[in-house]
Amino acid sequence: MKRKFLLARDTSEINLPRASDDTSDIVLNIYRGGPNQKPENSYDSYHVPVSRWTTVLDALIYAKERLDSSVAIRYSCRMASCGSCGMKINGIPRLACYTKISELGTHTITCEPLPNFPLIRDLVTDFQEFFDHHKKIQPYIQNLHPDPGIDKLSEFEQTPQEVDEFLQFSYCIKCGLCYSACPTVATDTKFPGPQALAQAYRYFADSRDDAVEKRLSIIDDKHGIWRCHFAGSCSKVCPKGVDPALGIQMLRSHLMSITKKPKKRLAELRETSREGS
Amino acid sequence: MAGNVQNTRRKFMRESTVMKIHYVTGLAALLTVAVHVMMRVITPFSMSLEYENVVANYQNILYSLLLESILILVSIHGFNGLRVMLLELRQDARWEKFVMLFTLTAMLVVIGYGTRTIIIVSG
Amino acid sequence: MEAFKDKQDSNKWSNREGLKGWLNPTRYGWERLSYWLMRLTGLFLLLYFVGHVYETSNLVGGLDAWNAMLELTQTTYGHIFLILVIGTSTFHSINGIRLIFAETARGLGKPGRPDYPYEAGSLNNIQRSGIWVALILAAAAMLYGSSVLFGGE
Repeated sequence: MKRKFLLARDTSEINLPRASDDTSDIVLNIYRGGPNQKPENSYDSYHVPVSRWTTVLDALIYAKERLDSSVAIRYSCRMASCGSCGMKINGIPRLACYTKISELGTHTITCEPLPNFPLIRDLVTDFQEFFDHHKKIQPYIQNLHPDPGIDKLSEFEQTPQEVDEFLQFSYCIKCGLCYSACPTVATDTKFPGPQALAQAYRYFADSRDDAVEKRLSIIDDKHGIWRCHFAGSCSKVCPKGVDPALGIQMLRSHLMSITKKPKKRLAELRETSREGS
Repeated sequence: MAGNVQNTRRKFMRESTVMKIHYVTGLAALLTVAVHVMMRVITPFSMSLEYENVVANYQNILYSLLLESILILVSIHGFNGLRVMLLELRQDARWEKFVMLFTLTAMLVVIGYGTRTIIIVSG
Repeated sequence: MEAFKDKQDSNKWSNREGLKGWLNPTRYGWERLSYWLMRLTGLFLLLYFVGHVYETSNLVGGLDAWNAMLELTQTTYGHIFLILVIGTSTFHSINGIRLIFAETARGLGKPGRPDYPYEAGSLNNIQRSGIWVALILAAAAMLYGSSVLFGGE
């Protein structure tokens, strides 16, 4: 008897097992290719048994372990924490460990390497350029003028409101999905990409950082923040809710001097605490 | 990207300034073109394209100024948009210089040609 | 990368989507569609604008030159083209205003603490409704333009 399985988000009915111990087969198409590989550009198909909670990564590991050990894949934590297993799954950049077969709504799964990253082999891509863009925006706190009254061995104080200004952008796991989805990155090799620009905002918005002008001058370039056109694809694919599009637009509004960075609350807090004591 | 302390080459105009101009010209073009298009409310469409009526419009100084401002605003906005798209396509120095010169020249040619029309027709 | 034999090889394996990344609007939602439409309509309007400047320069040639130009443009296809211009300019303008707001972070919400299912706050219906309004107004403008151009006044 065929069992129907309805997804919470996808109303298409597909014949996948209802109980976790039932299995059925899917066809997993994996891109095979890369420099010095023969043939250069092809897909290999594997029949993989899946159950209700099988992820794409589970299926890939099954294929690699039992069917074809030559498949090159990259993964690590298996829980959407490290960002290693990013790939294009059925046309959209996703994390393989975070994508259930059942949510794709089809029996044919196509796995391709992340677009806009140089290909090493099969599903493995090179992240050096991506990391280089990240480094260029100086992703570290720069406190150039610390308050002389502050105890050098103590920590910087921040209110919960100040933390909320940048916290979601610090959740970035550098998986590269946003970089793959971005239409500007597709053609512009000098564009830093949504990840780097969102991180630029993360440090800009952090009240412990005061290198405001330096950060803005880095991204105020014809291949910098102005080549973002709010296509929103980066935020659409981000698995951690970082919402890089929001960070980029907020940074742009600061660059246009439409909003000013809030005054450092630390000085105000210190003043208040001195008055109180 | 800019901001490298070793990069001492001076830019003609910061990109943020160019994009502010892009936004402002876009809004201004919208307002002026809306006025231009809604002139048809005054004249029925069939009459609005008659030679005498068109020339009479051009000879109104306010209308000529409106047309000239549309010409300048739309040219700046449009050719800057084209410049942005072309810069995103390729990134070598020769191409970027070509794009800059091409879009600037095209913009000036269109403005010049349109201004010539306005001046001649408005007498 | 040492894996590449030469520059041509490294370009081949750079794996950038290229123009295909611009041209496919279907995968990522309304904002990506808006990006695609803004580019298409912008290019189309620029071409129309240059043509319009040339077309109106026929005034300089006098009545005969102007009438000759009208014979070329006041045709069925000319009117259809003009209706397209009306629609694209309406969409480009209204969506452009929406983008001015969105690109300065108006209507995108505020940063917060992400929680499952980690949906992006900026991809909300407040700013998205600008796209829908632009499309609806463009359609309405095209209908009005059709009634004027084909309905006769």
